[in-house]
Amino acid sequence: MSYTLPKILEKRGLPGLLILAFVILVFVPLTMDVDGINLTGRFLSFAFVAVGLSLAWGYGGMLSLGQGLFFGIGGYAMAMYLKLEASTPEATRIQSTPGIPDFMDWNQITALPWFWVPFNSLTFTVLAILILPALVAALIGFALFTRRVTGVFFAIITQALVTIATILVIGQQGYTGGVNGITDLRTLKGWDIHSDSALVTLYYVNGVLLLAVIALGMWVLSTKYGRILMATRDQENRIRFSGYNVAYFKVFIFALSAFMSGIGGAMFTLQVGFMSPSIIGIIPSIEFVIFAAVGGRLSLLGAVYGTLLVTYARNLFAEAYPELWLFLIGGIFIAVVMFAPYGLAGLYEKYVKRRWNAFLASRGWKRPNGSDDDALKSQLMDAKPASEASK
Amino acid sequence: MTPHLEPHSPLLLAIEDLSVSFDGFKAIEGLTFYMDMGELRVIIGPNGAGKTTLLDLICGKTKASEGSIKLKDIELTKLAEHRIVAHGVGRKFQTPSVYESLTVYENLEVSYPEGKSVFGALFFKNTAEVDRKIRKTAATIFLDGELDRLAAELSHGQKQWLEIGMLLIQEPELMMLDEPVAGMSVREREQTAELLNRISEGRSIIVIEHDMEFVKRIARKVTVMHQGKILAEGSMEKVQSDPRVIEVYLGH
Repeated sequence: MSYTLPKILEKRGLPGLLILAFVILVFVPLTMDVDGINLTGRFLSFAFVAVGLSLAWGYGGMLSLGQGLFFGIGGYAMAMYLKLEASTPEATRIQSTPGIPDFMDWNQITALPWFWVPFNSLTFTVLAILILPALVAALIGFALFTRRVTGVFFAIITQALVTIATILVIGQQGYTGGVNGITDLRTLKGWDIHSDSALVTLYYVNGVLLLAVIALGMWVLSTKYGRILMATRDQENRIRFSGYNVAYFKVFIFALSAFMSGIGGAMFTLQVGFMSPSIIGIIPSIEFVIFAAVGGRLSLLGAVYGTLLVTYARNLFAEAYPELWLFLIGGIFIAVVMFAPYGLAGLYEKYVKRRWNAFLASRGWKRPNGSDDDALKSQLMDAKPASEASK
Repeated sequence: MTPHLEPHSPLLLAIEDLSVSFDGFKAIEGLTFYMDMGELRVIIGPNGAGKTTLLDLICGKTKASEGSIKLKDIELTKLAEHRIVAHGVGRKFQTPSVYESLTVYENLEVSYPEGKSVFGALFFKNTAEVDRKIRKTAATIFLDGELDRLAAELSHGQKQWLEIGMLLIQEPELMMLDEPVAGMSVREREQTAELLNRISEGRSIIVIEHDMEFVKRIARKVTVMHQGKILAEGSMEKVQSDPRVIEVYLGH
């Protein structure tokens, strides 16, 4: 058959996914202690956002600088549930109003606000995590894409939205925990989320969910929808005259990326035990984009490796030179855009894959059609931003 | 639901009192234009006559300031582009607009008139019927040997053909081709003329063209536009001998 994307996904997608599954589910747990596993798990919760960005930005051409908003909705929904569970009347009996979260009591709030009430239910919380980010993204997307807001205008608006969200969270301290966020989260249905066994279990849950999300993204790209998405990125004006309502196609992929981000946010809260505005603001939102760019924005798997690479680098450098980190990450971003526009995945295609195939060929082990695939993929990657492709 | 035309009314397209202006410049002014079903109509006229603007208005790329455009009984002026496509209008652009990062096969598949909604596209199945139609269309446009090539690698003329194929597979009521032979070699022009004569059987087509040799080869009825209005209409011979047409266009 003559499909470009399925060709790539069938032959490389599945092995790549299996290798990533091995790294996440076997390699990391075997080589690291509990703290290392937990740290990797936190970093992998950001990878949900990077994978979503790879879809929305890399394939859909929508650069969202506000993914922290959706990560935050998922994270805060989880945190609200855990906070309510931690705020039993017994645990909070020293407060002037026992039974409400401590920060509310400090802010002279005497009853649980109405929008907190449903978060007493775990079912509601899980549904909120799965639906709310996608719903908010769909509303934003609907408002912007039906008005044909694209490119840099879209990026700026998403950035403004995440700024508004953080200002709102910080300003409404009594309802949201303010700048400190929602802290001191301990148990999930009585299960201590800080115990070693819980941290390892949560790490595995996070890993399996991430792999599932990537598989979902790969499936979407393998359908006709995926080809329409790329066609829209290349020739948005033309695709309307092939009979497609472009706005709805964009709304869908934007909502899907938000859905993924929301799951990541919830998993972050569970593994870290708090949620705060500093996790979701402008800087984290831009960092998400950098994760995707470093990994290679046309590669869902690359997005995960990019996330791990940058977050580990941040962990090393930011501890030693916290004030230099922002300059360094800015430099990394510029370097990637200039020298490796398709990130790690692009470098892998260009150097490793080609040599590996040459090596296989020299041994007479060459896989059938291997080089065809490469040619296709590199054409695919060269096809768009022609300025970088020319070298 | 597409309303069906009564058997004695072969009118396909009725444009009446159409006007559009850009910043005070009237690109189309009080234009009235009728076209029958099954017609192959060529629109000629000097640069800036409003030919491309007319196609933009029909397909919804530009919205009219005044007037009406009816395809059979459907008013098109208020519809969104994709709705107009759904009602059976297909448009080829002046510069070939194909999806460069997709293969020829995928370009045709994306244009296939099913699975146009988000979920329709997600669960779209490439059945034997779809595959057969894609291959048949590719053969019609001389690209059956290039199905697996990326559209970006095609020659200029091949891209023009591919875009015509993308329209053909939509099976539109009305096909509009804006300068289909621009940038083509002599041999490709001959093939394209042959292609157009072949596909015009049982189809309604509007062609905008500058190349008079090409126009003579395909035209049955010609409309001459000038300054946003229709100057003359009729057979090629009649139009060529019209003194007003000679003055503004053919005579230079």
